[in-house]
Amino acid sequence: MKKVKADPKGVLTGSHYLDGDHSLAEGGLAAGCRFFAGYPITPSTETAERFSERIPTVGGVFIQMEDELGSIAALIGASWAGKKVMTVTSGPGFSLMMENIGLACMMETPIVIANVQRGGPSTGLPTLTGQQDMMQARWGSHGDYEIIALSPDSPQECFDLTIEAFNLAEMFRVPTFVMTDECIGHMHEKVVIPPAEEIELVERKWYTGPKEKYLPYKPDKDLVPFMIKAGDGYRFHTTGLTRDERGYPVINAECQDVCVRHLVDKINKNADKIIKLKEEEIDNAEIIVISYGITSRVAIKAVQKARKAGIKVGTLRLITVWPFPEKRIKELAKKIKAFVFPEINCGQVVLEVERCSWGQTQVIHVPHCGGWVHNPDDIFNAIKEAAK
Amino acid sequence: MKKEDQLEEKNPIEDLLRMDRIPHIWCPGCGIGTVVTSFIEALKKSKLDLDKVVVVSGIGCTGRVAGYVKLDSFHTTHGRAVPFATGLKLANPELNVVVFSGDGDIAGIGGNHFIHAARRNMDITIICVNNFNYAMTGGQVAATTPLGANASTAPYGNFEFPFSLPYLADAAGATYIARWTALHLRRVTKSIQEALSRRGFSFIEVITPCVTLYARRNRLGDGLNLLKYYYDNSEIHHGADTRTLDISYQGKLVVGKFVDKEKPTFLDAMNEHLGKVLGDKYVLYGRINDDRD
Ligand SMILES: Cc1ncc(C[n+]2csc(CCOP(=O)(O)OP(=O)(O)O)c2C)c(N)n1
Ligand code: SF4
Ligand SMILES: [Mg+2]
Repeated sequence: MKKVKADPKGVLTGSHYLDGDHSLAEGGLAAGCRFFAGYPITPSTETAERFSERIPTVGGVFIQMEDELGSIAALIGASWAGKKVMTVTSGPGFSLMMENIGLACMMETPIVIANVQRGGPSTGLPTLTGQQDMMQARWGSHGDYEIIALSPDSPQECFDLTIEAFNLAEMFRVPTFVMTDECIGHMHEKVVIPPAEEIELVERKWYTGPKEKYLPYKPDKDLVPFMIKAGDGYRFHTTGLTRDERGYPVINAECQDVCVRHLVDKINKNADKIIKLKEEEIDNAEIIVISYGITSRVAIKAVQKARKAGIKVGTLRLITVWPFPEKRIKELAKKIKAFVFPEINCGQVVLEVERCSWGQTQVIHVPHCGGWVHNPDDIFNAIKEAAK
Repeated sequence: MKKEDQLEEKNPIEDLLRMDRIPHIWCPGCGIGTVVTSFIEALKKSKLDLDKVVVVSGIGCTGRVAGYVKLDSFHTTHGRAVPFATGLKLANPELNVVVFSGDGDIAGIGGNHFIHAARRNMDITIICVNNFNYAMTGGQVAATTPLGANASTAPYGNFEFPFSLPYLADAAGATYIARWTALHLRRVTKSIQEALSRRGFSFIEVITPCVTLYARRNRLGDGLNLLKYYYDNSEIHHGADTRTLDISYQGKLVVGKFVDKEKPTFLDAMNEHLGKVLGDKYVLYGRINDDRD
């Protein structure tokens, strides 16, 4: 893995007062994103607007496409031409992107997609928050595959995790999602952007061997194949069809097994290298509150209240949601009385916690259908109930 | 066939084909291979650096072209070849990006992308094999099926008005537009050569009837006879008003070069405009020494 310093041109070093949407754009620019294709949608549009304003001054292209089907297709093309690429959207646009998220997985193409989630289904709540696209982020396109999804809890993390998302996308040649939400997207806070030389970026895994020996999908030791770009004289082929190491279509169950297993293993077997969690006061906890994104900030109020009431509560924040921290949850499930899991949906990521708990501990979900964050008391009551 | 429509010399085309993927999947007598031959001839005659020529296809019988040419080639998803090509071109303006796909792919499911890429004058070349139906999936009715023709999902004959693709391309802003039949080998080659040498959105429609599905279902004969029927019933009319190019069922076919004009491309316009407005702050993007006209 080759690391390089950020290109100072894209880095707006300093202390700023920014909302999450604008921070996503700054994170992308700092990470070296020089191609943005998107389509306006509330509550994510500000990211696209900032890109359109900033990218001409750093040597890149912004294009507003005709729809999100086109945005993501353009992203994959641009990534194969060698650029770091990004788009931003929300629910309805995310749905349209599903088609070519599958193509990006199959072609093993690094792309970054930020989803500033709003309430759904359908047009739902254009201006109000939700965390309802979490399962869609994981498997919304057809077929089997794995992706990476991160969940920031602040505008600062929108910046930090967008850079992280680029690094992971490049490292694993996989679509990587920054799954934020309307609240954080529109929340203004202090965002500190470090000097370029303090921002470490992962360079794409460029192939350097002899041209005739190149195989676009031959896994390296870390399971990730080396990449090349169009125009460099390799005369390579790639397809959305099930393909062999050469990138040639092979339509049978044997090749499918190798190809799909690889797409899944590449992420799952590297899960330890990918996953980031934030744990607090876990050691003596009887109850652990799991959360991600904006809900972590609401849950903390309930946790404080519970601690005051004498309940031993720890917290676990999923900075990485996908791949899911299966090992850690299994480990903790053996030690505690209950997990309490608030999320702004009717029960999505909690299904993974239930699966990993294997019936060894209680899992109490605190649902919310979207439109606003939880009332901390709802979470507090769940903790109290669990502690009984 | 007229002499000028035959390929004069037998250039070996194998070095631009993925011979390790031959035999191809196309039916005997299908015209798609003929169009590929013309394309490769055009590439050979052009002075382009073939390492910089990229082929993008969508899905369909024609969509398989990307898999057979020995160039950087992408077989993408149904309808999305044009925006994929847009990304490639914008990310590396040195590339010559060619979309090679079917009528359903480009003008049906991909119709919106097609008109917008034309509107923006995206500097790419589109070669569209129009076989009047969705062939890959078994001969369903398409946006190009002539009125009255039979298709597997129009078993009583088609009653929807079809698109005239050159007219659509013209209305949307394409700067180079031609139509030929697959048997106009040299003319197709010449048009592709011209299109590759133009900056801007170039569109070439090649009428290539699907022998296995469309022709059989409509009892129109087979193989070369069928291709010849279209060839013989075509009239060359360069510069024809694109409003007059409707294709009727087994009627006369107007072919030729209809549009060949200059207009700033997306990137030219972007550089020009942002350079003017932003002055020194603007970082010129991808301006290349382009020896094309
Ligand atoms: C999203 C999606 N819908 C439908 C299909 C099925 N499909 C495959 S090829 C095709 C039609 C292709 O027609 P055309 O583009 O005209 O190409 P041809 O086979 O006629 O050359 C369809 C509908 C698909 N692959 N993807
Ligand atoms: S089905 Fe039709 S278009 Fe497809 S290969 Fe056969 S003849 Fe050609
Ligand atoms: Mg067709």
